[in-house]
Amino acid sequence: MHTNTTRRTFTFGISAATAGLAASAHPLSSLAAPGNAPIGANKEFTPEITAWVKIEPDDTTIIMVARSEMGQGNFTTLPMLVAEELDCDWRFVRPQYVEPNENLSRGNAWGDMTTAASISIRGSQSYLRKAGAQARYMLIAEAAERWQVPRDECVARDSVVTHAPTRRTLRYGEIAEAAANRPIPADVRLKHPDEWRLIGQSIPRVDVRDKAVGSPIYAIDVRLPDMLFASVWACPFLGGRLRSFDASQVIGMPGVRHVVAVEDTAVAVLADSWWQAKKARDALLIIWDPVAGKGLSTQTLRDTYRRGLDADDAAIGRRIGDSSKALSQAALVVRADYEAPYLAHTTMEPQTCTAHVRDGSAEVWAPTQDADRTLLNVSKTLGIPASKVIVHKHHLGGGFGRRGLAQDWARMAANIARQVERPVKMIWTREEDIQHDYYRPMVLARQSAGFDAAGNLIAWKVRVCGPSMLVGLSPDRLTNGQDLEMCNAFQNDDMAYRVPNFEVGYVMRNSSVPVGFWRGVNHSQNGYFRECFIDELAHVRDQDPYLFRRNLLSEAPRSLAVLDEVAKRANWGRTAKGIFQGIALVECYNSVTAQVVDISVDDTGQLTVHRVVCAIDACYIVNPNIVEAQMQGAVAYALGAVLYGEITLQDGKVQQSNFHDYRALRMNEMPQVETYFVSSGDKYSKDWGGVGEPGTPPLAPAVCNAVFAATRKRIRSLPLANHQLRSPQ
Amino acid sequence: MTDITINGIPRRPASEGDTPLLWYLRDELGLTGTRFGCGAGLCGCCTVHVDGKAVRSCLKRIEELGGSNVTTIEQLSANGLHPLQQAWIDLEVPQCGYCQSGQIMQAAALLSENPDPSDADIDAAMSGNICRCGTYPRIRAAIKRVAKLQIKSSASFTPNSAK
Repeated sequence: MHTNTTRRTFTFGISAATAGLAASAHPLSSLAAPGNAPIGANKEFTPEITAWVKIEPDDTTIIMVARSEMGQGNFTTLPMLVAEELDCDWRFVRPQYVEPNENLSRGNAWGDMTTAASISIRGSQSYLRKAGAQARYMLIAEAAERWQVPRDECVARDSVVTHAPTRRTLRYGEIAEAAANRPIPADVRLKHPDEWRLIGQSIPRVDVRDKAVGSPIYAIDVRLPDMLFASVWACPFLGGRLRSFDASQVIGMPGVRHVVAVEDTAVAVLADSWWQAKKARDALLIIWDPVAGKGLSTQTLRDTYRRGLDADDAAIGRRIGDSSKALSQAALVVRADYEAPYLAHTTMEPQTCTAHVRDGSAEVWAPTQDADRTLLNVSKTLGIPASKVIVHKHHLGGGFGRRGLAQDWARMAANIARQVERPVKMIWTREEDIQHDYYRPMVLARQSAGFDAAGNLIAWKVRVCGPSMLVGLSPDRLTNGQDLEMCNAFQNDDMAYRVPNFEVGYVMRNSSVPVGFWRGVNHSQNGYFRECFIDELAHVRDQDPYLFRRNLLSEAPRSLAVLDEVAKRANWGRTAKGIFQGIALVECYNSVTAQVVDISVDDTGQLTVHRVVCAIDACYIVNPNIVEAQMQGAVAYALGAVLYGEITLQDGKVQQSNFHDYRALRMNEMPQVETYFVSSGDKYSKDWGGVGEPGTPPLAPAVCNAVFAATRKRIRSLPLANHQLRSPQ
Repeated sequence: MTDITINGIPRRPASEGDTPLLWYLRDELGLTGTRFGCGAGLCGCCTVHVDGKAVRSCLKRIEELGGSNVTTIEQLSANGLHPLQQAWIDLEVPQCGYCQSGQIMQAAALLSENPDPSDADIDAAMSGNICRCGTYPRIRAAIKRVAKLQIKSSASFTPNSAK
């Protein structure tokens, strides 16, 4: 290995030459020392070979990452896609965040930075692989020119170009600067999947070392000279307003510097430490105006949504044949109403953002799933040009949809920081985090299905009613003012079951309760409605739930293969005594996922989930070990919600406040999770599938279907904590 | 106030006595590896060792800690990585990683008291530490790996904080 004497950048603490095996690569480790160095602030100039690749003279290969690392492995898998085609030595790869302001000033050179909808790999794999191939082409072309040989006599591998006939070699680092000046080829051939050397391998994650030693990699860890800390109190009435506050008791408390209103919705205390700010916040006298929030309660909302199920203003998401007519002619009709509650996200890192506003510009340190949007939100909030905003990206202490479109925490931090000269780190209490979320919507569903005299399923009609998250967060995605995404899991591209007469419609009923994207989004509640109802239909027909589904999938080989795989791997139907199984299948984010859950319910009604078997077809699996972790994570996230998750409202306020009454799954409740891949490649789809969310939606229905198998009780509302699974003896 | 020994160094806090250890560590000392999750002892994110025992630093006021020895994730091992940190890396336990400092400190306290924990022992010790990413299976595997290695090598490892 060559020596390392010409390093010019100091952003990364270890040299490529001493990095050892890829397992020990830790590109962020130099940030371990308390300081302010934002991740990705490599200001020294290293020439780019395409926007995505920079190679230093010592072969250190910086690969830009536009999407966010929030635990799903983006800092590893996205560079893998580039490195695959670049044919660099993976040990030299150093991932680095794209800076949002640079992306803006360079006309979105790095594309979309959004990290949501399981989009990161499937939404960028084509251009990331292409960039790697382009850079490789440029390096080979440079070497060929120096040797004065044809390009096709040169091969690239492990960061070295070799002229095959003469065995001459050039390291990437030796020719990178010159290669960067060559034209970027428009068309490059991408490798056939059979040629992949990185994709499909469990390449060790690059971020785990920092996370095992407590490195300051999160936005909440930022420390700036002269920084103040802010603790906030937002109006506890959802949709309510700040009327007045009395800071006189607070302003003399230790460390307290400012008490400021945040627009007309919150009060912030700024102090020399966060604890001082929080203590003073607790002592504030604040008068709130409940406004619209006053009469709001879970029961009033439920009544509204229930009436909505019968309303005639449904937006139809999908219609095949005439389900109403077929139902009226059916020999047997089955009806059931379901309900899914509001859910909070509870990222382990509570909402936080640091901002410094001065001289018509702003600098922001953010845990964001959508850095472009953070920048634009801060710009708009402060009324300054986007070019005057710098956003530093940090790894997220959990995302799950909370840190994407809403950006309420970024606006709040900017609104606080604009009122003082100094930088301000805002950290919400857990109570604020739970009571001011953008919740997964509470949704009610009514389903009707009809069988003909021969027992064939001839009709299925679905109505869902609840609030739309798109109205508040992404009106550009509405269709004629209607949120058809509320029909997901019943649409053309995400429900493979074939029924001759089918209809799904959404009745929109909005309120002042903020709603937003939760892991699995609309597929999470609609998957529950759909897959439990299918189980009810199987039961009515006295058929095995797996075989009943199979019969509806005769023309859907992709979903059928996943369903068959999970049934086989879980030994469907052959359980030990006292163990009961439930099965569910959900198509979303261009992936197909099925799960079989093994449970038992003891005499007191105590449920234990022993095992969850997952089968997933995501077309291609980039990093199996990371996908396995994503399946474990999806199961844990969904199971916590199935067992306990419920945000309720009374008199306009959220009634839950911390992990004692908004419970998360704990170690002792975690089932064994097995994951199997049914990778169909490009057989059914030229696009790839996502993996961050698809493991979530099947879990609730699989558990509830298993509960039915064990107890003969249909769970038509969640969470399970509200149900007595065994009748008291 | 009497000094508190933090990671081997005697300190005299400038913060008020009712300041939770968590915020003293993070805001006064800049030891941000100990993380805030709930402020109520419900999630375990902020777990540190006080005289070798796992303690929720969000609930412990610094005025109660005079004369105590506090160890944080930054100094769990005096030299290099603690075997648990190595196992966390090798088995790729972390996802978002935010809770993992607390998980590791809790696991280190478990192993120092019980070098060969059963699954039930692990559940009992670790169920106070929430991980929203669902890394529990790998946490369990990492703890078992370290227990096995230490028994095999029979060279008993003493966490820095218990010395």
